[in-house]
Amino acid sequence: MTQNLIIIGAGMATGRAIEHLVENAPDAFNITLFNAEPRGNYNRIMLSPVLAGDKTYEEIITHDDAWYAEHGVTCRFGERVAKIDRAAKTVTAANGDVLPYDKLIFGTGSNPFMIPLPGHDLEGVIAYRDLEDTERMMAMGPDNKVVVIGGGLLGLEAAAGMAARGVDVTVVHIMGHLMERQLDEAAGYLLRKALIDKGITVKCAANSKEILGENGKVRALLLDDGTELPCDLLVMAVGIRPNIGLAQEAGLAVGRGIHVDDQMITSDADVLAVGECVEHDGALFGLVAPLYDQAVVAAQTLLAQDAQFVQKEISTKLKVTGCDLFSAGDFADGDGREDIVFRDPARGVYRRLVIEDNAVIGAVMYGDTADSNWFFSLIKDKTDIADMRETLIFGPAYQGGDTADPLLAVAALPRDAEICGCNGICKGQIEDAILAGADDLAAVKSTTKASASCGTCTGLVEQVLAVTLGDDFVMPAAQSVCGCTEMTHEDVRRLIKSQTLTSLAAVMQECGWKTSCGCHVCRPALNFYLLADWPLEYQDDPQSRFINERKHANIQKDGTFSVVPRMWGGITNGNELRAIADAADKYNVPTVKVTGGQRIDLLGVKGEDLPAIWADLNAVGMVSGHAYSKGLRTVKTCVGTDHCRFGTQDSTGLGIKLEKALWGSWTPHKVKLAVSGCPRNCAEATCKDVGVICVDSGYEVSVGGAAGMDLKETEALAKAPTEQEAIDLTIAFVQLYREHAKYLDRPYKFIAKFGLDWVKERVVDDLDERAALIERFELSQSIYRKDPWAEHVTQKADSYQPLANLMLEAAE
Amino acid sequence: MTNWIDIADLNEVPRRGARVVKTRDGCVAIFRTAADEVFALDNVCPHKQGPLADGIVHGASVTCPLHNWVISLETGLVQGEDNGQVSTYPARVDGGRILLDATFLRARAVA
Ligand code: SRM
Ligand SMILES: Cc1cc2nc3c(=O)[nH]c(=O)nc-3n(C[C@H](O)[C@H](O)[C@H](O)COP(=O)(O)OP(=O)(O)OC[C@H]3O[C@@H](n4cnc5c(N)ncnc54)[C@H](O)[C@@H]3O)c2cc1C
Ligand code: SF4
Ligand code: FES
Repeated sequence: MTQNLIIIGAGMATGRAIEHLVENAPDAFNITLFNAEPRGNYNRIMLSPVLAGDKTYEEIITHDDAWYAEHGVTCRFGERVAKIDRAAKTVTAANGDVLPYDKLIFGTGSNPFMIPLPGHDLEGVIAYRDLEDTERMMAMGPDNKVVVIGGGLLGLEAAAGMAARGVDVTVVHIMGHLMERQLDEAAGYLLRKALIDKGITVKCAANSKEILGENGKVRALLLDDGTELPCDLLVMAVGIRPNIGLAQEAGLAVGRGIHVDDQMITSDADVLAVGECVEHDGALFGLVAPLYDQAVVAAQTLLAQDAQFVQKEISTKLKVTGCDLFSAGDFADGDGREDIVFRDPARGVYRRLVIEDNAVIGAVMYGDTADSNWFFSLIKDKTDIADMRETLIFGPAYQGGDTADPLLAVAALPRDAEICGCNGICKGQIEDAILAGADDLAAVKSTTKASASCGTCTGLVEQVLAVTLGDDFVMPAAQSVCGCTEMTHEDVRRLIKSQTLTSLAAVMQECGWKTSCGCHVCRPALNFYLLADWPLEYQDDPQSRFINERKHANIQKDGTFSVVPRMWGGITNGNELRAIADAADKYNVPTVKVTGGQRIDLLGVKGEDLPAIWADLNAVGMVSGHAYSKGLRTVKTCVGTDHCRFGTQDSTGLGIKLEKALWGSWTPHKVKLAVSGCPRNCAEATCKDVGVICVDSGYEVSVGGAAGMDLKETEALAKAPTEQEAIDLTIAFVQLYREHAKYLDRPYKFIAKFGLDWVKERVVDDLDERAALIERFELSQSIYRKDPWAEHVTQKADSYQPLANLMLEAAE
Repeated sequence: MTNWIDIADLNEVPRRGARVVKTRDGCVAIFRTAADEVFALDNVCPHKQGPLADGIVHGASVTCPLHNWVISLETGLVQGEDNGQVSTYPARVDGGRILLDATFLRARAVA
């Protein structure tokens, strides 16, 4: 006997279920299909191509009127089911019609989540879920501005679709990188870059505060930091919530979704549910692949066939043209998990595989996703990859042979394969140059220009040399930054500048880092390079700093800290000394010591007390002495003309001026200065990074001294007739050092590498360059010449306290 | 049996960073990786008792701030040529909150 089957919702899941039913048992059910949207089943995921103008709505309809008619499906489109009476087994439509059922399927999908920001109910604030939303966005054109909240799959498809129509789109995303649930930081960076290339403005780590309106219509989005983003339409794509209201009212068991078993049966044996509205074994669903499986299982269950829904790995792809990305499985770091990372900066390719127990458990790919299906099947099948581990990352084409050697891949390249993208140099041209006698990198560079611009292809050029010359070519063994990369500090610094790399993720991608987030060796170096080169664009990353710099105090062997306030030029007074004495008593400081740098060290302060002791020292005007930093340390002075019978100039005054100009600046290694009032040199200026000796006719500025592991006397930089010129020379030198030195090279090492003449040309002879160096230093100081203690006291004091105190808990 | 106790919001611990939880038997360091996993370990380096929570977190490892030993957050094992192991405790994130296992922590206080 034919049974009445009522289906609530003509969505992607129920569409598949109906197909399965009518194909396998055309006469088993009288199907009535309700849909709140005024239309039947269509391919919701293709709304994005419709938005972008690549498809029309007609092309994405999956079932048309003729199909429903042919298969005897009664359509009630534009009608919402209002109520269900499970005892009477009836469904009530919005217009009051009551229909009896034998079996009922819920396929009500999800509701888009709207953040309840003030103004979220203004006209012009929409979600992205159905054709109506899509049409609203399609009505926007080049004269319109649109803000999209949410940098996930949906938000980005909406943004890209509108950008393709010439709309001025801004994406506001709360997390640090886009699609953080599917992508790691590196892939997120590449995606962001691609979207920016499409003209989309991307704001990450941005908090929305309020939606501003005018006459009841949206006008702008206001961010936490006060930025206003004007817009004619605001699209919220921040997540979905299973649509379970009707099921809940009908008394079905629900959690976050409608509870179903492996047969897709709800807590009522005659009611099934499929799609995004269900919760199966604790999981919710937001992508169609598992929903299709559910639909088929539900249909089989209705036909009394044995079937079970099993959750499977799912993968994500983005349907934005030009952004090829893929992610699947679990790609978190973990012990016993191994990362294989492959980056091809020239092509913008990033691939990362996460391996556990000889199986691939996660994959993220960007740029070239051609092999994604192959990787996805390795994940799904838990294939043992032990035998292909070495070449796995290169994809299926490299398996099954002995092509593990990257040189063979280079050897196999055709002569017209482009090696150097910047200068358009092909492999053939490099081969010809080599045959004509260019037998090392430098020679190839100067004859062909290959690798002479951005330098990313250096490795490839070397491989071409190796392939062409065979044993005659010895690959140079340059010292790389650390095990995370093949690149040297010099390469990395050059690329940061030439490629405008302004984030850690950018550097790691473009420089081919082999680990996902670096290590304790490279991260502090990169953090310095970035903030030195891009003071405005880059935000200092405390997590990439050694503890001393992160907590602005020097860690001791027992985990306590030493605190050294600045004493400008070694000058102090009763007030400061009293504050130091009080602090020493108040915080039970075990040792108070006069340092070798003319100031006082409070040693043995507890980490939790740091903000409080700083606040006390701040109160009398004392600021951090940066005794912990790769930055300006001390400027030692002698008493000079103020008191000394030999003094020629105000050495104390100049020392204080220099310290006030330079403090707070970060440098490749620590920087120490001294100013002596006469050549007797009581401030020991000739063994400092920069030393000034005052003489009758002015100031002798010398650089590159040290008295630590190496003992070095300074070398004369220049003689300055005026105090101002002595200050200018010092600042210009420090900035040159900041811009070019390798991390952890003191100035004497930097000078040895570049040559004192090279330094003089820029700092002394070329007045324009000197001025430019000073200007760049000042720009950086506009951000960094601030007392970190005061900043942490007001903004971060909590982070110095324990996260929680379980003293009582553990005592129970 | 696990007995999860709510410790704090995940965001109170910076990504690639750590904070400590005080217990009667010394501090437990709570680490958060770039991928938002959390790990709980004794805040004591097996080398010379360095405070691991003050180290640099990379991947699923931390580098001790005192002499750069690298320790796996998952197993507590010292990596590379050095030897030793730090005790680890069950920790997880649920609904954006960090949870620790009280039974385990108490067992530690007794041990
Ligand atoms: C406190 C002080 C010793 C003292 O009691 O006087 C000191 C203490 C430390 N020095 Fe120093 N140095 C101190 C003056 C010096 C001096 C003398 C000077 O500045 O006039 C030198 C030689 C001059 C020089 O730097 O060229 C000096 C050369 C070093 C070196 C070797 C640097 C080098 O390039 O060879 C290190 C190791 C390093 O920085 O890598 C170092 C490192 C250290 C550290 C930071 C070791 C560490 O990482 O924990 C010590 C921290 C102790 C602590 O817990 O606070 N300290 N250190 C001095 C602080 C001066 C200040 O007020 O800021
Ligand atoms: C723009 C966009 C792009 C997407 N891209 C992808 C992608 O690339 N890959 C992917 O896997 N997934 C994608 N998704 C997600 C995918 O579309 C959904 O997972 C899928 O549509 C869910 O199917 P469903 O049948 O559960 O619900 P839906 O397709 O949402 O259908 C539910 C239907 O039920 C109706 N309804 C609700 N309540 C009632 C009621 N009381 N009475 C009558 N009718 C009711 C609704 O009007 C709706 O038409 C995308 C989604 C969107 C919006
Ligand atoms: S010389 Fe400097 S680094 Fe060495 S023990 Fe003394 S303070 Fe520490
Ligand atoms: S105490 Fe940790 S490395 Fe020495």
